[in-house]
Formats: sequence, C-alpha cells, structure tokens
Amino acid sequence: MAKKSYRQAINEALAAEMRRDERVIVMGEDIAGGMGAPGEQDAWGGPMGVTKGLEPEFGRDRVLDTPITESAFIGAAAGAAATGLRPVAELMFVDFMGVCFDQIFNQAAKFRYMFGGKAVTPLVVRTMYGAGLSAASQHSQCLYPVFTHIPGLKVALPSSAYEAKGLLIQSIRDDDPVIFFEHKAMYDDEEDVPDESYTIPFGEANLTREGDDVTIVAFGRMVQFANQVADKLEKDDITCTVVDPRTTSPLDEDTIIEMAEETGRVVVVDEASPRCNMATDVSALITQNAFKALKAPIKMVTPPHVPVPFAADLEKEYIPSPEKIEAAVREVAAA
Amino acid sequence: MSDAIQPIVMPKWGLAMTEGMVIAWHAEAGAAIKAGDEIADIETAKITNVFESPVAGTLRRVVAPTDEMVPVGAVIAVVADETVTDADLDAYVTEFQANFVPEDTDDGGPEPEYVEADGRRLRYLKMGDGGVPIVFVHGFGGDLNGWMFNQPALAEDRATYAIDLPGHGGSSKDVGGGDAKAMAAAVASLLDALEIGKVHLVGHSFGGAISMLIALKHPGRVASVTAICTAGLGEDINIDFIDGFISGKRRKDMKPVLEMLVADASLVSRDMINEVLKFKRLDGVDTALQTIRNTAFADGKQAGSLRPVLGELRVPCQVIWGRDDQIIPVAHSDDLPDSFSVHVLDGAGHLPHMEKSSEVNALIGKAASA
Repeated sequence: MAKKSYRQAINEALAAEMRRDERVIVMGEDIAGGMGAPGEQDAWGGPMGVTKGLEPEFGRDRVLDTPITESAFIGAAAGAAATGLRPVAELMFVDFMGVCFDQIFNQAAKFRYMFGGKAVTPLVVRTMYGAGLSAASQHSQCLYPVFTHIPGLKVALPSSAYEAKGLLIQSIRDDDPVIFFEHKAMYDDEEDVPDESYTIPFGEANLTREGDDVTIVAFGRMVQFANQVADKLEKDDITCTVVDPRTTSPLDEDTIIEMAEETGRVVVVDEASPRCNMATDVSALITQNAFKALKAPIKMVTPPHVPVPFAADLEKEYIPSPEKIEAAVREVAAA
Repeated sequence: MSDAIQPIVMPKWGLAMTEGMVIAWHAEAGAAIKAGDEIADIETAKITNVFESPVAGTLRRVVAPTDEMVPVGAVIAVVADETVTDADLDAYVTEFQANFVPEDTDDGGPEPEYVEADGRRLRYLKMGDGGVPIVFVHGFGGDLNGWMFNQPALAEDRATYAIDLPGHGGSSKDVGGGDAKAMAAAVASLLDALEIGKVHLVGHSFGGAISMLIALKHPGRVASVTAICTAGLGEDINIDFIDGFISGKRRKDMKPVLEMLVADASLVSRDMINEVLKFKRLDGVDTALQTIRNTAFADGKQAGSLRPVLGELRVPCQVIWGRDDQIIPVAHSDDLPDSFSVHVLDGAGHLPHMEKSSEVNALIGKAASA
C-alpha cells in the first residue's frame, strides 16, 4: 500500500474496472486529447490529468474524446448504459450539467422505473465541483443537492483518496446511474490507498472522528475541514464526532440520527448554496427524528446565497472554512 | 560524556505507527531499571501496549509527559548513571530535541515485499538478518501487521518473516481449498520461493494449525513450532466470531466481534476496526473468508483435529494460550503429549502476542535460541 493522490486513486479505479470488465468505457471532453487528429493522442488525459494513461492501454474504442456538447455525449452515455455497456462519462464541470438535465433527470434516472424494473442503467457521470481555485461562478458550484433531489439517481461525494477509489469502483459496478462528484481542490490530496480493487458500499456513513461533545455532519471536501477542526478542538477538551455520509443518495439516515442523539449538539457543514442543500435536509432529518435529544439548536455552516466569487479574497470568504466551522462548534458546545 | 547517557525513545510498533502517547509511567525518576522492565503504557492509534525498557541503568529523567502525542524516535526518557550531572542531562535532552527530525513516514524502515509462489502473489515482511529465521503465520482474518509487537523485538538477533496467508492482507485472494492443508502448502511454497531453509514457525490460531501441519509434513525444515491459541487441537470454535467477522460491514457491527478477541475490550481501537473493514472491502476477500469458513470451520466446528497425529511431531513444540480466550477455549491446551510445553497467560484472550507481548516474545525467543 502506498500513498496515492485523489487523482491517482480515481485513475486506478477506472483502469482496474476497464481491465476487469470490457463493457466499461470512458468518454468525455479531452479525456485523452487529439481524437481524430494526427499528433499526440494522450496529450491531456482530462483537464486535470485524471484519465491519463487510459487511451494507450485501452485504445480508442474504449476511450472516447467527445465534442463539447454535453447534451449529446451524456445522452449517448445513457443510451449506451441502457443497451449493455457500462459507460463512465466525464462531464468536466458540474456547472455544465444544465444542458443535459433531460438526459439525466428524465431519461437515465427513470429507465428502471418506466420499464417496470426490467431495464438497468449502469451509467457513471464523473464531474468536478467546488470552489477554491478562483474558477469563478460558472465553474465552482456544488450542485449535488440538485441531483440528490431526483429519485433514481445515486450521488457519491468522496472525501479522500481512499474513499474516491472504493466509491468509484462501487459506482461502476452499480446498475443504477451514479453522479460521482470530485472536488477540484482535492486532486493532489494523498493518503494510503491499496493497490487492489475494493468497494465502499453506498448509503453507509463513515465516522472519521468519534467524540462526545458535538456531532459534525460534513460533505465532500468539508469532511477534511471538519476533521481538522475536531483535531484542533480536542486539545481544548471539546471532542467531536465527524460523520461523512459518503453518498447523499442513498443517505445513511440511521447513522446521522444516531450520532446526533449521542451528543445532542449538531453542526452541519455543506459547501453547497444554503437554500435546499444537504445542510437543510440533514437538519430537518435530525429535528424530525432526534428533537428530544438536542441540547442546542443545530448550526449550519454554508456559503452565503450568492454566486461563487471570482476574486480570491472574496472566494476565500465564501467557502465554509475551518475557522467558521470551529466557531460554530464552539457555539453549540457552549449552548 | 554522552556515552554515559542513554536515551529511551518512542518505539515504532508496526509499519503505520508515526506517533504514540505515554498514558502511564510505571517508573519514576531515580528508579533503577533493567532492560525488559515494564516502564510505561503507550497508546498508539492501533492498540495500547506495555513498553519495556530497552536499556538498563538509573532512570534519571522522564521527558515525555503523559497524555501527550510524541513522534516515533523522539526521546521520552533518559537513563544515566550518577556521575552525570543534572546540568549535563538537561543539555543532552535539549540537544537531542533540537536535532531530532521525525522520521519521514514514506521511508519508515522495512516495507513488505511480494513473491510469486505456486501461482500466487504472496506478501511478506522481512526484518533482521542471520540465524535460523522465525516465520510468523497469522490466523483467520489477520495479516502480517498482527505481529507488530513481536517481529521487531525478535528481529534484533535473527532474520524474521511475517507473511500474509492466501486470501489475507496483501496476498492473492485465491485460497484454493481453504483448509489448513492448502494453507500449509502455500506457506511451504513461499518458503521455497524465498529459498529459506530451516525455520522456527510461530503460528496464531488457524496459523498455529497450519504451522503444525508444515512441521508434520516437512519435519526437516522446521526447527520448532510455537502455536498461539491454536486451532487444530479440538472441535470448539466460536463460530459467532467467524460469522460476525465475515458478515460485519460497519464499524458498529465489527466492534463487538473484534472485542471477543481480547480480554480487555478497551484495547480494540477505531483504527483496528477500520483496518479490518478496509481489508474486508478488497475484491475477493469475502469469497476467500467464506471458503475458509466452509472448509475449516464447517458446521461451526473445527475440521481435522491434529491430536491423533501430534505424537508424530518430531520438532519441539510449545503452546501459548490466553486464559480468557473467547475464540478457542484454553481447555484445548489440556492433555497434550509430554513433548509439548504449555504456557497459559493470565489477563490475555485470543491475542496474547499483542496483549502480553513481552511474555510471548520471551517464550518465542527461548524456543528460537534452544
């Protein structure tokens, strides 16, 4: 077992599943680079280099560069999934998903239901989300709540390199459409990742910290911030449980409720815009099911309801930071 | 002058350990200590263990306060004779700490290696050199990291190999028939592939039965067998443990299962549970464990007792058991042939090599030096 980056972990998952099952194909904009033109073929390996090396190993029949037309290739991927392949489509930024909502919401998500359970749609859409790279308001959103809203879709939010590999392999082997969210500020984050293939089941939250005083429920990159806060506050004798739900659909309601009951003090951290996000959803879940156990009002740490700013200073202020999480935890701990 | 001063540093137990915390000191400044004296309890992310002094002399300074994380290799105490002044001690500690660089975790000593043996890729960890090597064979669901309190200590004066059985750790997940015989053949093929001749075998639980089988089949290549809480000496097995281990998918389910392994349930840390869950998520592990369960522990009983053939064992054999073993009853150590030496340790369950590592290391060391 060696230290591997989030990027490498995703690349390994793709390569291993393509070796294991020839029905697995990958497609997307610049995922290799140069398709149909002379010159270097694996020039890009995706905008972040995540798919580098797949084209030389698996060839053009299974590694498809697509035109800059999300509506076309996401639709093609949904059709390919319905007719026997297991496509992994890379939709560069989740912000671009709007042009293919019909293909995802009305088609891929509904096939199983509309065909009386007789159809499977083993489609994975990998996509980048999140603020932090000054990529401005059209390339920085966290639209996972939108997909979580649609029955028939599964939504994964890996919070580390180990999680990314196991959740992606699970996504590829799953017979339902999965939207797989990769935070663009995490690609270089490293940790121990096994060389072998493994799966992390959906709908099973992970407790990355365990404490007695405050429960922090956090999503995606925010799990890392929550862990930092938990480690820092431990020195001040405030111990925190950090819940990483791993998938927002299915959502591990039982663990969230149980952990909220254990401490009675809850902070929910969500990088998505604050109206109708996972923080509001989880807060409602806890108040409906664990109200009597609560010792303080639930605190939500989210960005303000504004587009993600381009200016670095403003963007920094926008993101739920460890400092803001720490302040919220201290507040509920003292309440 | 500093020759008269001996630092005691935070030990490294297992590959992953980067820091540890003294939770209690059992010796005070001024105490005369011998090498091997239990001087502190040290908590790591994995497990809490007793720390034995590696040196002898007067404990002059306790440097590491309790309940504070200290990196591996940092000075935690200082031993020196009376001729060393307090000022010299202070200067020594100050200088040690000023020059101390925590070990680079990417370069943390020996790394596991792999060898192709009989169509499988098997993982092992070698530590130490020379002498007749000790080979550690873990039990059902374990891996080479289970010997983290034993291998470094015993590797000081000889070569040691901790191996991953097929289906376990970093080894191929093909377990063949999955019984102790198939495993014994795989271990023998690994020894062949590494061109290791005679060995001392140390096996735990299922690995104990495997070790005894190797000694029966290849008496010429086995110098001694140490079988810890071993399988193969009776029918009883806590099948709830085996089944719980196989079916457990979440921390909540796995915790009570792993707690059956030890006399003191508080020893089971979250890292220990996470490591097991990570192992169980690997492709092929579920099938491997099921196969072993259905052959070696079919119908909730151990298959293939070795008792009828124990008399044929031509190598020295010792059996070590934890008195509170909840997986395989300590009664299985009763009525063994006279050639066996039997050691039952109080305050230990199914993992005496972790729970009472110093005693177990002494017994293994004695067997390997005989």
